[in-house]
Amino acid sequence: MAIDQQSAPPPLAPGFPSRRMQRVAVDLGSFIVTLCLTFLGLMAITFFIGRVIPIDPVLSVVGDRATQAQYDAAKIAMGLDQPLWQQFISYVGNVLTGDLGRSISTGRPVAEDLARFFPATFEMATLGIIIGVALGVPLGVTAAARQGSWLDQAIRVVGLLGYSVPAFWLGLVGLAIFYARLQWVGGPGRLDIFYDGLVEPVTGMILIDALIRGETDIFWNAVSHIILPASVLGFFSLAYIARMTRSFMLDQLSQEFVTTARVKGVPERIVIWRHAFNPIRVPLITVIGLSYAGLLEGSVMIETVFSWPGLGSYLTTALLNADMNAVLGATLVIGAVFIVINKVSDVLYRVLDPRAR
Amino acid sequence: MTARDWLLADSPTSRWQANAGRAYRVFTALLRNPLSVVGGIIILTLLLTAAFAPWIAPYSPTGQNLGARLLPPSGEHWMGTDELGRDIFSRVIWGSQITLTIVLLVALISAPLGLLIGAISGYFGGWVDRVLMGFTDIFLSLPKLILALAFVAALGPGINNAIIAIAITSWPAYARIARAETLTIRNAEYISAVQLAGGGPIRIIVQHILPLCTSSMIVRVTLDMAGVILTAAGLGFIGLGAQPPLPEWGAMISRGRTFILDQWWVATMPGIAIIVVSLGFCFLGDGLRDVLDPKNEGKS
Repeated sequence: MAIDQQSAPPPLAPGFPSRRMQRVAVDLGSFIVTLCLTFLGLMAITFFIGRVIPIDPVLSVVGDRATQAQYDAAKIAMGLDQPLWQQFISYVGNVLTGDLGRSISTGRPVAEDLARFFPATFEMATLGIIIGVALGVPLGVTAAARQGSWLDQAIRVVGLLGYSVPAFWLGLVGLAIFYARLQWVGGPGRLDIFYDGLVEPVTGMILIDALIRGETDIFWNAVSHIILPASVLGFFSLAYIARMTRSFMLDQLSQEFVTTARVKGVPERIVIWRHAFNPIRVPLITVIGLSYAGLLEGSVMIETVFSWPGLGSYLTTALLNADMNAVLGATLVIGAVFIVINKVSDVLYRVLDPRAR
Repeated sequence: MTARDWLLADSPTSRWQANAGRAYRVFTALLRNPLSVVGGIIILTLLLTAAFAPWIAPYSPTGQNLGARLLPPSGEHWMGTDELGRDIFSRVIWGSQITLTIVLLVALISAPLGLLIGAISGYFGGWVDRVLMGFTDIFLSLPKLILALAFVAALGPGINNAIIAIAITSWPAYARIARAETLTIRNAEYISAVQLAGGGPIRIIVQHILPLCTSSMIVRVTLDMAGVILTAAGLGFIGLGAQPPLPEWGAMISRGRTFILDQWWVATMPGIAIIVVSLGFCFLGDGLRDVLDPKNEGKS
C-alpha cells in the first residue's frame, strides 16, 4: 500500500524547504496511515473473535438460569442490541481509552493486569535478544568467512534446529539438566520464595529494581532465575540472526570491492569486519527487530514452562479459564507491540540505508 | 525404449508423459542432495508409521497398567512408561497419525484459500487487489501463535478447532506468493489468447494461472509444515489442542511436565519425535526449493 503512494511524487507543496523533506513527510504520513489501518485490523479481529464467534455472549455472562427480563437487561447493558458496526465503533472507543473490560479470574480491569505483567515479559525478552545478538552476529559472520568449514555446518544445523525444536520442550529439558541435575540455575519463577516480595517494584523489572535498591543478593538470585528462560529464548533468536547474518555476509563477500580490498593486501580481519560487515548493519537491524517481535510470541510458551509471571502466563491462564476479556486484551497488547516493532524496524531500515531511499 | 527414455523424452506425446517426466526429473534432482534424501526418508517413515501404527506399536496407546507406572526406558518399554503405565513408544507411534492429520488438513485448507485469494487479487488488480492485500497484510503483521490461541479460545479447545485456527493464520503467506506469481504471468501472451478466445476470469484463474503457482506453493507449504507442527504441539501443550487421552505429542509433553525433574523420559521422548519430523519437513522443503524454485534460493 505504501508503495503506491510513493511511485508518483506529488508536486512540491509550498512550505516544504526541499524535495527530500517532502519525501520524508510523505513517508511518515503513509507510515502512520498503514500503522493505524493495521491497528484497526487487529481490533477488528479481536472484536470478531470476542463478539461474533461465541454463540451467545450474553448467556456466558448471565448464566443459563437467568430470566428473560434479566437476559434482555444484560443484552442492552452490553450494547449487544445495537447493530454490529455500532458495537465495533464503541469497542474501538473503549480500547483507545484503555478500557479492555474486567478479567473474570483476577477481578481487576484487564488493562491494569497487563501493565503489571508486562515488565516481566519485557525483561526476559530483552535479555533473550541481547543473548541472541551477542552470539548470533559473530557466529553468522564467522560462518560466512569460513564457508563450508565444520563451524559453518554446525551453525547451519543450529539454524535448522531453531525452526524445528518446540520452545516449551527446550525449556523443560533445560530445567531437567541445568536445574535438577547440575543445579547451576534457579528453578521456575523470578526469585526464590525466600526473596519474594522483598523488593519494592519501581520499574517492575526485578534485575533493575534490585540494583536501584542496592540489593546484590536479590540481584544475583534473579539472575540465576532469568538466565535459563532468557537463554532458551535467545537460542531461537540466535538461530535466526546467525542464519540471516551468514547469508548477508556471503552476498557481500562475493562483491568486487571485497576482492579489490583483498588484492590490495588488506588484512582479512579488516576485510570481513569493515568492508563486508559495515554494509549489512542496516539490514541486520530489521532482522533483529523481527526476531525481537518473535521472542514476544515465543515467551508465551516459555513463561508457561517457567511459571514466569508475564503476559504469556497471564494469557495462558486466561485461555484455560475461558476469560475472554483477558485473552483478547492480552492478544491486543502483544499484537500491538509486535506490529510496532515490525513497522519501526522497517522504517529504520529505510531511514538508515541510503540505497533504500 | 526403456522407462527412463520414455520419462526423459524431449517431445512427450501426451500430457501424462510430460507430467511424469517432470516428476521424474524433480525426483532425481532431489536424490542428488543428501539432506533432502534424509528429509524424504523421515517423511516417508512418518507416512508408513501413521498407516501401520496398529501393527508397529507393541502396546495399546491408551491401555493403562498402573503396576508399570513411570518406568525408565528399557528393552520392554523402549521409551519408558508414563504416569498411567502407558507405553510411551506406542503412544508416539499412534501420535504420528494425529500429527499427519493436522499437517494435511492445515495444508488442504490454507493453501487453496491463499492461492485463490492471491490469484484473484493479482488478476483483477485495482481496488479488489488493494482490499484483499490490505486484509492479507494485517493478518501477516500479527503474531501467528497468539492469533491461533485467541481463535481456539473462542472456538473452544479440541483438535478440530486447533486445525481451523492454524489454517486461519497460515493462508496470508500463500496469498502473497500467489499474487506475486500472478502478477508476473497476468500479461503473458497466452493469457491474452485465452481472453480473446472468450475465456472468463474464473476459467483463466483456475485453469491457466493457478497451475503455474503450484510449484512455488509446494515449496512454501513444505517449509511451513515444521511451523504448523510446532504450533499444533504448542496448542496441545497449553491444553487447547488435542485433548487427553489422545496421544498427541504436545499434549504428552504437557503431561510429562510434572515429572520432568525425576522421570525425564515422559516429556523428552515425544519432543524428540516432534523435532525429527519438523527437521524432515525443513530438509525436504530446502531440497524442493533448490529444485523447483531456484530463484529464491537462500531466502527465508
